[in-house]
Amino acid sequence: MSGLDTRLACKPADYKSDIKPIWCPGCGDYHVLMSFTRAFAELGLPPEQIVVVSGIGCSSRIPAYTNCYGFHGVHGRSLALAAGLKVTRPELTVVVASGDGDGYSIGGNHFLHACRRNIDMTYVVMDNRVYGMTKGQPSPTTEPDFDTALSPGGTGLRPFHPLVIALASGANFIARCFSGEPNATASVLVEAIRHPGFSFVEILSPCVTFRPDESEWKHLVHPAPVAATSDPGKAARRIMTDDGFNIGVLYRGDRKPYAPQVGRPSVELSELEKDFEL
Amino acid sequence: MADRQSVSIAIMGSGGAGALTAGNFLLEAASAAGWQGLLSRTVGPQIRGGEAAALLRLGTQPVECLSEKFDLVVGIDWLNAHRFGAEIQAGPQTLVISDPRGGELPPAIASAGARIFEVPFKNMAKAIPNGRANMIALGIAGRLLGLALDLLSKVIEKRLSDKGEDAIAASRAGISAGFDAAAGLDFGLRFAPPKAQSGRRWLVSGNEAAALGAVRGGIRFAAAYPITPATEILEWLAPNLAKMGGTLLQAEDELAAINMIIGASFGGTPALTATSGPGLSLMIEALGLATAAEMPIVVIDVMRSGPSTGIPTKSEQADLNIAVYGFHGDAPHLVVAPQSIGDCLFTTQWATYLAEALQTPAIVLSDQFIGQARAAIERPADVAFIGQRLKATDIAGAYKRYAAAVNGISPMAIPGTRGGQYTADGLTHTERGTPTSGEADHAAQLDKRRDKLERFNFGDHWATCEGTGDLAVITWGSLTGAAREGIEHAARDGVEASLLAPRLLSPVQPERFARALEGRKRALIVEQSHGAQFYRYLRAHYDLPDEVRVLNRPGPLPIRSSEVHRAITEWRS
Repeated sequence: MSGLDTRLACKPADYKSDIKPIWCPGCGDYHVLMSFTRAFAELGLPPEQIVVVSGIGCSSRIPAYTNCYGFHGVHGRSLALAAGLKVTRPELTVVVASGDGDGYSIGGNHFLHACRRNIDMTYVVMDNRVYGMTKGQPSPTTEPDFDTALSPGGTGLRPFHPLVIALASGANFIARCFSGEPNATASVLVEAIRHPGFSFVEILSPCVTFRPDESEWKHLVHPAPVAATSDPGKAARRIMTDDGFNIGVLYRGDRKPYAPQVGRPSVELSELEKDFEL
Repeated sequence: MADRQSVSIAIMGSGGAGALTAGNFLLEAASAAGWQGLLSRTVGPQIRGGEAAALLRLGTQPVECLSEKFDLVVGIDWLNAHRFGAEIQAGPQTLVISDPRGGELPPAIASAGARIFEVPFKNMAKAIPNGRANMIALGIAGRLLGLALDLLSKVIEKRLSDKGEDAIAASRAGISAGFDAAAGLDFGLRFAPPKAQSGRRWLVSGNEAAALGAVRGGIRFAAAYPITPATEILEWLAPNLAKMGGTLLQAEDELAAINMIIGASFGGTPALTATSGPGLSLMIEALGLATAAEMPIVVIDVMRSGPSTGIPTKSEQADLNIAVYGFHGDAPHLVVAPQSIGDCLFTTQWATYLAEALQTPAIVLSDQFIGQARAAIERPADVAFIGQRLKATDIAGAYKRYAAAVNGISPMAIPGTRGGQYTADGLTHTERGTPTSGEADHAAQLDKRRDKLERFNFGDHWATCEGTGDLAVITWGSLTGAAREGIEHAARDGVEASLLAPRLLSPVQPERFARALEGRKRALIVEQSHGAQFYRYLRAHYDLPDEVRVLNRPGPLPIRSSEVHRAITEWRS
């Protein structure tokens, strides 16, 4: 049972780097980092077999704070970068971290296609309903009446519903978590990483600086009253009609992940030029 | 007939008439008979109902460009032929094959004083069950070129094998009818046709050659977003990467494609994408990321006329600026340009090798002319350039991904390597990869990325340097063949000129360039760009002779060897 031995040897601290996060004191993302390291320890994965990929924004700072391999890329493109990595290195565990601006606005198209492609990876979006790093502009999940310098009086626009979009686009696992519950979040992350295909975990993660009102979230969140379904129709109705604070696994699909065979050539390199020979 | 012992043939028709098919079959049969040459396609933007022409030039020696005038123009019909404008020119020596029911001759051909020979393609095709006019055109062109009927028949059998016996029989009958129609026609081939050659011959497009070069250089992953005129690279790679144990992902857009290949490269797999100007524009931000994070990737830009959507199906050399200067920040990277259809193989293979060795992105500037043209060539020689990345393997102590090194190249840890964990970052970072805003780290990493390119020995492949004349013709990319031929023709007039065509456009090579221009008193810059981008690039980086002239023109009309020839001889007198 060498697998069990390895697992016992792993502590959350083994997955944390020595770099001090630059998040604001009280930011929900500290708890998300804690959930990441707890989940990795629970899975017992060697840190060098995990890659955390991100884009730009407060939440996208997370890779460097782990002791895993990481890629902090450009704004909005983390899912594409992760797709190229995972299909060529299928044995690695790939976790993508994003926020509501990075993931739903500039990266919105990649979100649709990552769900559709269903490559075996886990997508974590820390949603605080605001652009934090650029100091408080509305994001696709911001309420219509949220007053900002860029949107005086509010945008007047209906927020985007990421979980429904994920379901409609083909995500194979959908969950909602709250950063203030790191143990529960870690358990969901463990399940998301183990679940084959594209797993989408939205984590409500308050922005204490630009959305102090979100400190109320700890009173609003509640466990999902019914067990997760594998029926997309039921899942759609539930996700569309819940209050947005329903926490837990909401959908488990059984679509086959996209995983092309790689590694072993079936012909010699010199064979390829036969296409061109007369 | 052109000086270089070559013959130029245009087969044209409205979209769907099969002009390109006839041209491709003719090239294949001619190649089997020992001819060398190329077929350039020129088409409108429509999938059907537009205009299409196969422009062939065949010779007894290698052929790398089209000639100015055509010796034979076969019009299957003339319905949209006026849209080619000056692309297809005839002269008094030209033989034009025309269907009296095929519509009006385009003005450029009608006014040339060419010999017109009428062949009722449509009626002849109707007389053959499932007959098609383009096969009759093929028979005529084949006979005038001196090809055996049997040879054309073999090409039909090979290429139409999946269409069934009826299709093969109909095509054969069409070719025979064309052969008969051309009986007694005097074409006046003024040199002996080549003898069938024993060496290994290839029939390959620049796009296919580039794709093979990439795989030979070590590419095992590609991300693909379709775009004219680059798609054939991706379509060739899809099945062939799979055979090599690699894979191709179709991306949702070019933004995804470029990031996918960065991800694959981070995982240790040499990776490529291919695109054209609009796609390259979208990829620029992530190309900067690959530069900053030191991720080797290869991007092939098959240039088309721009800006914006431009002329998607036709060539231009106007992406030089964006390729060399398009990145924000100071972002040294590689830009190389193939010089012929066959050279697409070498240059892309070399680019892959360089990107991997230098841990930086390489842009390959091909263009529609060489990318989509098909050449009958001798098999290119094998070269030893195979991507080898310096990797960190046995890691003891704190790993510094971006550690300073004399040559600027630091060992890269690949995920899975214990102790090598680091975060690749587009943020300015320390040697360890940790984000920083400090000026010392910023300068140190900028220096590192500059030095690794400046201190690398690129060897003789950096440029093609030929001849000794004190007039230097300086060109690049697909115009190299036309420039070389223009110089040869000028030499026959007793005017010596030399050729300098850099294959490596970035980083610049001032010392090598100065040596190549030693003793040159005049420079003729030849390029296909309205804004003379290449001339301005040369002015920015190199010392040019005192006397400089520029022969530049936008796409899509190619610059012909005859124009280079004229520019050289006129300058001398």
